[in-house]
Amino acid sequence: MAERRETLSGLEVKPVYRPQDAQVDHDRDLGEPGAYPYTRGIHPRMYRDRLWTMRQFAGFGTARETNERFHYLLRQGQTGLSTAFDMPTLMGYDSDDAHSLGEVGREGVAVDSLRDMERLFEGIPLGEVSTSMTINGPAIILFAMYLAVAERQGVSWSQVRGTLQADILKEYIAQKEWIFPPEPSMRLIVDMMEFATREVPQWNTISISGYHIREAGSTAVQELAFTLADGFAYVEAGMARGLEVDAFAPRLSFFFNAHIDFFEEIAKYRAARRIWSRRMREKYGAKNPRSWMMRFHTQTAGCSLTAQQPEVNIIRTAYEAMAGVLGGTQSLHTNSMDEVLSLPTEKAVTIALRTQQVLAHETGVADTVDPLAGSYFIEELTNRMEAAAEEYFRRIDELGGVLAGIENGFFQREIADAAYRYQLEVDRKERLIVGVNSFVEPDEEPIPTLRINPALEETQVKAVQAVRAERDQAAVDRALEAVRQAAASDTNLMPPILDAVRAYATEGEIVRTMRTVFGSYREAAVF
Amino acid sequence: MTETSDAEATRPIRVLVGKPGLDGHDRGAKVVARALRDAGMEVIYTGLHQTPEEIVEAALQEDVDVVGLSILSGAHNTLVPRVLELLRQQGMEDVRVMVGGIVPEEDAAELRRLGVVAVFGPGTETEEIVRFTRSCARGA
Amino acid sequence: MSLGKDILQGDRRALARALTLVENQMPEADEIVREVFGHTGRAIVVGITGAPGVGKSTLVDRLTGHFLSLGRQVGVLAVDPSSPFSGGALLGDRVRMEGRGSVVFMRSLAARGHLGGLARATPRAIQLLEAAGKDLILLETVGAGQSEVDVMGYADTTVVVVVPGLGDDVQAFKAGILEIGDVFVVNKADRPGADQTMRELRQMLSLGPRKAWQPPVLAAKAQSGEGIEEIAAAVLQHKDSAERNPEVGTRHVREAERFLRQALADQLVAHAVARAKAAGRWESLVEDVARRRKDPVWAAKELEGGEERE
Repeated sequence: MAERRETLSGLEVKPVYRPQDAQVDHDRDLGEPGAYPYTRGIHPRMYRDRLWTMRQFAGFGTARETNERFHYLLRQGQTGLSTAFDMPTLMGYDSDDAHSLGEVGREGVAVDSLRDMERLFEGIPLGEVSTSMTINGPAIILFAMYLAVAERQGVSWSQVRGTLQADILKEYIAQKEWIFPPEPSMRLIVDMMEFATREVPQWNTISISGYHIREAGSTAVQELAFTLADGFAYVEAGMARGLEVDAFAPRLSFFFNAHIDFFEEIAKYRAARRIWSRRMREKYGAKNPRSWMMRFHTQTAGCSLTAQQPEVNIIRTAYEAMAGVLGGTQSLHTNSMDEVLSLPTEKAVTIALRTQQVLAHETGVADTVDPLAGSYFIEELTNRMEAAAEEYFRRIDELGGVLAGIENGFFQREIADAAYRYQLEVDRKERLIVGVNSFVEPDEEPIPTLRINPALEETQVKAVQAVRAERDQAAVDRALEAVRQAAASDTNLMPPILDAVRAYATEGEIVRTMRTVFGSYREAAVF
Repeated sequence: MTETSDAEATRPIRVLVGKPGLDGHDRGAKVVARALRDAGMEVIYTGLHQTPEEIVEAALQEDVDVVGLSILSGAHNTLVPRVLELLRQQGMEDVRVMVGGIVPEEDAAELRRLGVVAVFGPGTETEEIVRFTRSCARGA
Repeated sequence: MSLGKDILQGDRRALARALTLVENQMPEADEIVREVFGHTGRAIVVGITGAPGVGKSTLVDRLTGHFLSLGRQVGVLAVDPSSPFSGGALLGDRVRMEGRGSVVFMRSLAARGHLGGLARATPRAIQLLEAAGKDLILLETVGAGQSEVDVMGYADTTVVVVVPGLGDDVQAFKAGILEIGDVFVVNKADRPGADQTMRELRQMLSLGPRKAWQPPVLAAKAQSGEGIEEIAAAVLQHKDSAERNPEVGTRHVREAERFLRQALADQLVAHAVARAKAAGRWESLVEDVARRRKDPVWAAKELEGGEERE
């Protein structure tokens, strides 16, 4: 193996670190846990007071099946819900749309109308759980449906807790699940932010996500820099709408990847907190400490899992989860070993949850706050991550900001380059991946995987058609017309969309209505 | 004619890389597209969210030797047979179809039975894909 | 079976196949072009060029939609550079095109180096599209290399696209793009600096020689479709003006001589090489040039003279 060793991001690491390597001013750069600049964590006693939320992402098939999985997970000791939607729902198509063919209920749960949302949360009191919903392009519609379910359960919106991903910028940058062009998409996000600030004060409006940027092949440095740049873009958009920064910034949260390069990941989380708090305070003038605190969810890296020898993924996930906890995450999803092959089986999900429980209750890593602080290596790496991110911020500014960077393909190109470089390193065995390019087992036994019953699609198609047949069509038409008018003006879209979902207008119908005003998006090819 | 013989000697293989279906995970498709380019091929990239009809029309117009489909949404059992069927309808049986993505072995076997020449799962070396694609080049 | 006849009957597969033969400079291509040549020369060819990232592909997509709505049969040729290292190419121009099924025929061409291949393939590709019934052809190139600028010579009207504030507009102007442009488009015109870019362009154009056709400078936002109608109208006006005005000149006049020269050169070279080979002189002359005993021009003259003496 080469003498030069690098992190996954290509930062060189030395065999030994010494005091002079770690240029840290304790008060300025670290501070106390729970105090500015929050490098060491956002709470003074971290997991001593409250463990992270164990939040496993779930969703497949119809709302009824996912509802059963939710109940199962809550019985197993999970403490928050996290909803995965299927591709048609994420892209704004109804289950009976031609675009949805073969995709209904495959990667998540299919939600077409309020009827599905009601079934999804049946028997789950929305005043008592916190729910995270992974949805972006049509987030405003799913949010409206969730609030309508709360209404029907008699739960006041002020009691409703949860998180909407609603991070559209990273869709253009990395995950590519968009509907409208960037500008109207940003307007929808700000509409939601404005509405929630007034009406749903405990709701986390945007979960600014690096996870997908990393999964698309970025380095840790790019994940850090692009995610924070997106965060600042949302802050600027909110302020441009006339919102007071401290009125909405405390409800912004983040979502990071936990990849396999252990120390680099820990340094990434520490640097992220420091950069966020400094900018929020110094650049955006936030005065509320809650605006300075970066809260984040972590998910172990799907892209680090291998299809070969899938049981080994349990070990990878465990190390990654530990990095997330040592980095001070507020909640955690551990991937199931079979996620690279299919949606997880119940057994695989249980092992993944147990991985977190072992981490929390057996390993002792939760007993001391930021236990790696003061490590020459960790502090130096934290500094280097911060400096590398600052360099990216400078380049993004030069390009004219995040939207200009998207349009120009800057982020997409940076990520594609990193992904290609990584693949070449693996192909040349400069990076060893157990079971893939080393320690290969020629005759592997396949593990059992979850099969989605293709008949589900038909059931769901019939269900949405039944909803359309039963509802008051005149009311739906009126509600959709109101959505169209609001889209064409600059009034907040949340109230008319709420009315539309209450009338059982489908997601696809609402999206189509907005498309007539906003148009569609096609990206330039960037390699 | 000197130039003609030069051109003949280096006639590039044309490959279409497409993403049918709704998922936006284009990391693999782009890495493969670049690797094929770096191996001297001309790669037509159709972008995301393509219907089978759009992919086959593009393959026809671009007169490609090979069509590579990347699917990670689990919809391969619906989308790939549709592409094969449309190619047949256009009389394009000589165009080779490869599939990349998350395809369980039993599905992969069925896709091969239907006429897909290769299914590449996660962890496949790009070199292997390049070699295979080259072996698919259509005779003049 | 004859590809030429199939193309004339609108067979898209035959057209696609023939385009490959033309691109690869296969001998069969000569035969196909001969078959269809009488049916060519009828389309308006619109060249669209500009630096990467100015929004050419989106503009092509919107113009395609617009010309379709005017009842035109649209064909698109999109040229992208080949990698100088591998000879391969990533052709991504279809990504920005809306799915219009078989209504529009689009072909991506790789520039394939600077052997003049592109310059040869392009006019023939245009002819094949014309033979297939296309009466409006959009020819998109990255205005980077000389060969791509040359390709614009095959267009009736060349549209040069720039965006404000990239800082490279002046560079582009220097690169001779001012001379080839018949219509200038400042895209992304809602960006800061658009007015200034338009002003600068107009000013630079006014410094040039007075011509019968003064290239207009138009603002556009291709993404939302603003300005597309005006660009299309300017393109058609330029075409009319060229037809009425001998000073402007149509591409057919320019092309005819160029085609003839090129075809003649190809044939003469082929002939001379074949004869020299038959006479057993070719290899030794190549050897002499390789060893620097003779320079190529002298060697060619010797070959030519030798043949004359025979």
